[in-house]
Amino acid sequence: MSASVSIKAAKPARSAQEVRRIIGSNIGWVACGFALLCVIGPLVDIVAVIAIHGLSAFSGKLFTTVTNGTGGGLLNAIEGTAVLSLGAMIIAVPIGVGAGIYLSEYGQNRLGSTIRFLSDVLTGTPSIVLGYFSYIVFIISLGWGFSVLAGAITLAILIVPYLARITELALRQVPTSMREAGFALGATEPTVVFKIILPGAASGVVTGALLALAISVGETAPLIYTAGWSNYTWDGKLTHAPIGYLTYVIWSFIDQPFAESHALAFAAAFLVMLVVLAINVGVRLVVKRA
Amino acid sequence: MNLSPFRMTLLGLSLLIPAALCAVVLFLLIYSGQAIGFNGLHFVTDINWNLGDLYDDPVTVKGIQIPSGANYGILVFIVGTLLSSFIAIIIAVPLSVGAAIFLAEAVPPRIRPVLSMLVELVAVVPSVVFGLWGIAVLIPFIGHYIAPTGNGYGLLAASIVLALMITPIIATTLLDALMQVPKENRESAFALGATHFEVVSKAMMPMVRTTLVGGIVLALGRALGETMAVLMVSGGGINILPTSLFSPISTIASFIVAQLDSAESDPTNMAVRSLAEIALVLFIITLAVNAGAKILSSGALHVRKRQH
Repeated sequence: MSASVSIKAAKPARSAQEVRRIIGSNIGWVACGFALLCVIGPLVDIVAVIAIHGLSAFSGKLFTTVTNGTGGGLLNAIEGTAVLSLGAMIIAVPIGVGAGIYLSEYGQNRLGSTIRFLSDVLTGTPSIVLGYFSYIVFIISLGWGFSVLAGAITLAILIVPYLARITELALRQVPTSMREAGFALGATEPTVVFKIILPGAASGVVTGALLALAISVGETAPLIYTAGWSNYTWDGKLTHAPIGYLTYVIWSFIDQPFAESHALAFAAAFLVMLVVLAINVGVRLVVKRA
Repeated sequence: MNLSPFRMTLLGLSLLIPAALCAVVLFLLIYSGQAIGFNGLHFVTDINWNLGDLYDDPVTVKGIQIPSGANYGILVFIVGTLLSSFIAIIIAVPLSVGAAIFLAEAVPPRIRPVLSMLVELVAVVPSVVFGLWGIAVLIPFIGHYIAPTGNGYGLLAASIVLALMITPIIATTLLDALMQVPKENRESAFALGATHFEVVSKAMMPMVRTTLVGGIVLALGRALGETMAVLMVSGGGINILPTSLFSPISTIASFIVAQLDSAESDPTNMAVRSLAEIALVLFIITLAVNAGAKILSSGALHVRKRQH
């Protein structure tokens, strides 16, 4: 009894000010935890709501039939998103990777930093501005009409700066000694770049390409003014024929008054989100392990 | 300078990026030329956007053919853009600061990567999916529980969706900065008897303030240009300035998308030209904001160097 009293007495009592500070700190931690919850909570809710609504709209019909005015399947939209994204990648990957190689290997000068700066400006340009630019150039001035090529070029303009930046960062990770070793063996510049540096940075470059693919699958605004919309599957024409895509379904079908249309919008959202999240989660897990 | 074909090819590919940017600015400028001349300064001070009578014969004003009664004013959209983005920033800053502090200091290092990945994933959710969630979840909630009148679409819904979209930008920027604060600074604050939260709020936060501001400005740039999510939840108000948090609004970006059909039906093409002028205005606003972010973040680097 007396022992416990003496222990208590040995510990100096906290002043009122100290107590206030401790209480204030605890309130601060609770508020911060709550803030984190407010950031992550909506993500969980978005994934849950779209997975539940989207999966309940799944059926074989979804992948075998095309959309009609209010419902139907998503065959044309799935095909269109694949065509547009792959088309954008075909245009953007050579340019983006080439630019990344230049910036990393030869861009340590004024010209390099100017390109880097303007590339950042392009990254910060709203996608709708790029879409409207393509609209007045390809659709109106060149007279292509809503078309695959216009959509793919617009997406390419959007993702090239990302590709260039990520490629540059990946190539910089390759030690200079490897370049020197290559040159010491008498290798030419192209050989060093393609046989030594690029293979050494392959995982980074592939990561960049995958992230760019995720961006182009999820984009909507630049396509509305360039790709248009079509209820039919792609007829193989690059110009003078509009094409459907998944994100358009999400945007326009949720505005219709029919349950069937809403189900289709959620199914499309589920597919888009599946691709985007799978790529992003996959890339992060692999990069962390490597 | 080495002028081998290999280097020239690579240089050519990398010059395509500035070329694309210049093409965007140039074509928007050329195409909107007539509209800039016709609209003058009224463009940014007038609140009425009126396509005019598209079925009547076009009239000629100042030597330019326009639909009769046409008037192009975008003040409403500029106000909508700035207002929704600023409210979004006001909502997003405390959330992202709190989240970043919690992630940096309170979460065990073992689960920090998982939680910070979740925060990063918020940033990759496509805009249109945010819009869909807004329509399905947020709008009914606002309509039932918060808004005194109306259906939930409007300024507040747009701002909340924007805030959710930009929190990861601010939070990850701040988290990176907090993780870089030197151990000595934390330890000396602890040694002075500060509580853990006081160490964070009074010793660490002031050190990363510039980085935080840079992140906020970067997020602002993103919010100003956001299109689809805003279009889907903002109610699409035109020709009237917002009077409350629940007024329907349009932003510059969302209005461009919303006008596609009507612009196409204008035989004089004046609407399409005026939309090009709007796109130019949006480009200039985001360029200014992003340049601000860049200047601030380079300043932040100097501060950190000095401290080392």
